[in-house]
Amino acid sequence: MNWLETFRTGVNGVRSHRLRSFLTVLGILIGIAGVIIAVGLGEGASGQVTSEINALGSNVLTITPGASTSSTGVRGALGSASTLTTADVSALASPVDAPDIKAVAGITSDSEVLTAGSETATTTVQGTTPSWLTVRGRTVAEGRFLDNQDVKDHDAVVVLGETTASELFTRGDPVGQTVDVNGVPLTVVGVLTSSGSSTSTSSTTDPDDTAIIPITTGQERIFGGTSRNSVSSIAIQARSSADLTGAYQEADHLLLQLHGITDSADADFTITSQASLIAANTSVDHTLTILLGGIAAISLIVGGIGVMNIMLVSVTERVREIGLRKALGATPRVIRRQFLVEASVLGLVGGLLGVVAGLLGVLWLPGLIGDPISTSPTAAVGALVIALAIGVLFGVYPASRAATLAPIDALRSE
Amino acid sequence: MTLTPPLGTPPVRDTVIQLERVTKVYRTGTLSVAALRGVSLSITEGEYVAIIGPSGSGKSTLMHILGCLDVPSSGGYHLAGEDVSHMSETALAEVRNRRIGFVFQQFNLLPSMTAWQNVELPMVYAGVPRAERKERAMQALGRVGLAGRVGHRPGELSGGQQQRVAVARALVTEPDLILADEPTGNLDSKSAADVLRLMAELHESGRTLVLITHDTDVASAAGRVVGIRDGLLTENDRRYLESIR
Repeated sequence: MNWLETFRTGVNGVRSHRLRSFLTVLGILIGIAGVIIAVGLGEGASGQVTSEINALGSNVLTITPGASTSSTGVRGALGSASTLTTADVSALASPVDAPDIKAVAGITSDSEVLTAGSETATTTVQGTTPSWLTVRGRTVAEGRFLDNQDVKDHDAVVVLGETTASELFTRGDPVGQTVDVNGVPLTVVGVLTSSGSSTSTSSTTDPDDTAIIPITTGQERIFGGTSRNSVSSIAIQARSSADLTGAYQEADHLLLQLHGITDSADADFTITSQASLIAANTSVDHTLTILLGGIAAISLIVGGIGVMNIMLVSVTERVREIGLRKALGATPRVIRRQFLVEASVLGLVGGLLGVVAGLLGVLWLPGLIGDPISTSPTAAVGALVIALAIGVLFGVYPASRAATLAPIDALRSE
Repeated sequence: MTLTPPLGTPPVRDTVIQLERVTKVYRTGTLSVAALRGVSLSITEGEYVAIIGPSGSGKSTLMHILGCLDVPSSGGYHLAGEDVSHMSETALAEVRNRRIGFVFQQFNLLPSMTAWQNVELPMVYAGVPRAERKERAMQALGRVGLAGRVGHRPGELSGGQQQRVAVARALVTEPDLILADEPTGNLDSKSAADVLRLMAELHESGRTLVLITHDTDVASAAGRVVGIRDGLLTENDRRYLESIR
């Protein structure tokens, strides 16, 4: 008997017990769909974070205040202290003291409500200097970016991110229009080009949902409270990726010196690189993926046990059929193959439906939970192979039982 | 009984069944039961033989050995000249497929398959091409008078029709031996008569038939009657036949 006939017999076996086969397939289906969604969630999350971090610019280090350790050994939270000043920014910009640093941008930022006519938008307003554009690796789509004169003169000007611009000005050219922030009218001088990495739906992480103003204007007229000289973060760009370590050391050394700190363990600032951010996030996402994937894998094993269970029931129930087939000339090998094919068909059908369900979930879930899920063809193909393997693996034992049944015992049973 | 007897003369041509002092001992734990205690039987081509005996006589065991569903504990069995007494399970499956057509008391049709699919089943295992299988299955069903029922499933057929499908399945491979085990046991008298008439027709067309039964009326349809009692054959023993009537 050839494989085609065996396959046909196996498929008929599955089809003659529709409900039972469907329920068995369901176990595999859920497991496979779970694996695909779990892997997609993991990859989607890390992809999003990576693109957000990359959107910060290339070869960039970010210095944030805080992480100072008090004499009692309690470490302050990131950003909890405003220890960075405009003086730090100017020191870091020195090509003599910090030769590996190409550009420095001090940033003060806060969430503010922007008003243009009847439209309002809440966004992150960043006060900074012209070098921000280079450091962040951004370009201007319309108009111009801030210049040194704006900063020097505390000019009431603003450059909008693409998302913010389209929210405030649904029609017409934003450049030349006026935007009110905290009662201060600002003239729009430019609009940034889209960063191309706007995968997120939340405004706090969308690099295109922002408004850039001169740092002096921000400190003086927009942001209330804190010291006029403080900045909330400093972004520095190394000359090349090879100079990143040098830039890090220079920044660390300079800031420790400026802040009069002798022991680097007492530093009142933290320098983070994109690589370290990506690594930290990736490891979190990795853990998440392993956790979700693990749960999905367990459900797959449960599904596989379901296949084995149903195949054992099937063998017991079909003892007469097996006996008859043997009497008519089916060899043990042919019987084994028939039951293996039945188990594999259950696994494969479960896998196929699981891939479909998983892909549907990947399309539908992001709208529900607000997180991107990526579709991975590798995961889909891998899941199919796993489903088939589970069918075969958990079908071997029942199939062998069927194959070794003595024909007379099989025929005798009532 | 446990000694292996010397094998007799080599089987003659045209001898379909040659049993030589066949024994079958079943062991359950320390207890061993001899179901066959040295059975010798020779059946030539074209014979119609009934093997008759009450339950517990060793009749089923003999049927299993004749049908190559089981192997003897000792003794020799040649089927159509081939020694089948020491074959592996796989080899026996091939012998059954090629040489034997079975008709069972419970019909043993597969319920999910139509009549012609049931009839083609032994040819599937023999590797006969699809188109030829279907054609031969149709012919066999025509021969048992079921040409109009080929697409029906067993559940849609009467008992007598189901048994005729089983007969079609037994003869479709042109086997050396058709082995019928109580073929009328589950049938009403009219259907039973139909099936026996069919068997007689097969006999007339030159087939070798062995019919196993406990019913002397059924046995009387055969040309030769062999009795079995306590694991031994009693051929042409009129008194025995009378006694179990």
